[in-house]
Amino acid sequence: MHEEDVDRIDRNRRHFLTVATAVTGVVGIGLASIPFLSSLKPSARAQALGAPVEVPIGTMEPGEMLRVLWRGKLVFILRRTEEMLRRLPENLNRLKDPTSAIIEQQPDYAANATRSVNPEFLVVIGSCTHLGCAPLEDFEVRPSDNWNGGFFCPCHGSKFDLAGRVYKGVPAPSNLRIPPHRFVRDDLLLIGLHTGEA
Amino acid sequence: MSRIEAEVGKPQGGIMQWIDERFPWTETMKYHITEYYAAKNFNFWYVFGVLAMLVLVIQLVTGIFLTMNYKPSALDAFASVEYIMRDVEWGWLIRYMHSTGASFFFIVVYLHMFRAMLYGSYKKPRELVWLIGMIIFFVLMAEAFAGYLLPWGQMSYWGAQVIISLFGAIPGIGEAIVELIRGDYSISDITLNRFFALHVVVLPLALISLVLVHIVALHQVGSLNPDGIEIKEQKGPDGIPLDGIAFHPYYTTKDLVAIIIFMMAFSGVMFFAPDMGGYFLEHANYEPANLTATPEHISPVWYFTPFYAILRAVPDKLWGATMMAVAVILPVFLPWLDRSRVKSIRYRGWIYKFALTCFAISFVVLGWLGTKPPDTLYTIAARIFSAVYFAFFLLMPYYTTIDKTKPVPDRVVYHG
Repeated sequence: MHEEDVDRIDRNRRHFLTVATAVTGVVGIGLASIPFLSSLKPSARAQALGAPVEVPIGTMEPGEMLRVLWRGKLVFILRRTEEMLRRLPENLNRLKDPTSAIIEQQPDYAANATRSVNPEFLVVIGSCTHLGCAPLEDFEVRPSDNWNGGFFCPCHGSKFDLAGRVYKGVPAPSNLRIPPHRFVRDDLLLIGLHTGEA
Repeated sequence: MSRIEAEVGKPQGGIMQWIDERFPWTETMKYHITEYYAAKNFNFWYVFGVLAMLVLVIQLVTGIFLTMNYKPSALDAFASVEYIMRDVEWGWLIRYMHSTGASFFFIVVYLHMFRAMLYGSYKKPRELVWLIGMIIFFVLMAEAFAGYLLPWGQMSYWGAQVIISLFGAIPGIGEAIVELIRGDYSISDITLNRFFALHVVVLPLALISLVLVHIVALHQVGSLNPDGIEIKEQKGPDGIPLDGIAFHPYYTTKDLVAIIIFMMAFSGVMFFAPDMGGYFLEHANYEPANLTATPEHISPVWYFTPFYAILRAVPDKLWGATMMAVAVILPVFLPWLDRSRVKSIRYRGWIYKFALTCFAISFVVLGWLGTKPPDTLYTIAARIFSAVYFAFFLLMPYYTTIDKTKPVPDRVVYHG
């Protein structure tokens, strides 16, 4: 290259072209990565398998608990006895979130004192809100331990009462989650669709 | 004397010359092996790098053969592992070699990392060697975690449930990340399938590449030694470090002894105690995954338990997960946390020796605590030892500054 040619190089223009090429390339790679990242999301089949499940509850005795799977998640359905319901308010001042104030943990229609549509039936996702282990049922009332019955997580010792509300001083940050559900008939529960939704 | 004969050391025609004009074979062999000079005073701590490479090869070879019979589907996975164990000729050996290899990988890598802490291998100018090594460690953890889901046993499933849930602790985007990892609303066939892809393609490729980069970076700066002396600073008239000996044949033969002893230990475990009393293969994993019941005692495999104990020591989900992540990442900063003027523990004062001892003890005790159920006494102990673990790193800039060091000799010395 001759000296006069070197002088005629427009460095600003060169710099602009370099930056423009790099930016276009990065944007292109970013856009091209969308299909790949999207392929990692739950597929159409996974979403279809997440369809609502029907649970016949007509034959459940008071105090009986069913375990069903919805979207691969464990759901506990507990038919609470009169005594269980009567003892619920006794736990209030030992709970982290007694009034179900964390809105993601339950649909509006279950944000009440018994965390249920029908107080008799507790429908709750059986996955500890700490790290997802399945809590064990421990319904025995033991006044010596201040225990009114509830759920106990074997992994890290979190405790929940019979409305799925988390106790203070345990690692789980929030109440057990309540899935969308509705009572189609008195003896038929549908998990996966909200109460009052078309 | 012909002209060709006079050029000693150059390829003497023939096939080697033909290759060398097209690919730097001889040059590469010299640079990395036959004329790579390492200090002559390496002790037993210096065999773990080579052993880690050996385990990597064992894992790659056994892993390839396992994929030929394993089925990555929730319906078939558990049965296909049983099939490998019972019906495939020598399948039990290949599988036990792979499962034993996983634990030995971590034994060897932890000792390799501890060597660096003993002799200051991470200090200037080897910061990049250390950083690349830490990335290898993270990839290895991911590789081990992904592999542990594949047999689809009880511990596979619930262990994955716990670890993946950790990402859910991230405020705001946590749930979305968890869903992206699982590819489903819970851990399912879809999750198993993608973990298989990660375990056999993505992460091994990353491991192999990173190990090569680790070695290239090491050979750029040269290996350190138990005296923490830069041997390149004392060179003979031939330009070779006075305290250096060629990697091959000297260290290749020496490493061969280590490899034989290592393989004896490895075989002992593989043939006589492949589950190592439930530490290498957890008992709960002999049961297929059951989505409705968590095993009574859930704990990760031993190599994750020190960090797991830190997670459990904190009675809060977000803070527990944060502390655990910090505990894993902290060693990355060692090259900058350590302000000591000397590298090797041989010339450091009592403070660093004391600190490193406390650290080693706390790491081992945390590992033991992580295998225990979370009762009150164990939790208190876990908190104390977690505090020691963090103090070792966070106070390091202070205590390495005030620690009295001894003068470092010019040349390497032998200690007995």
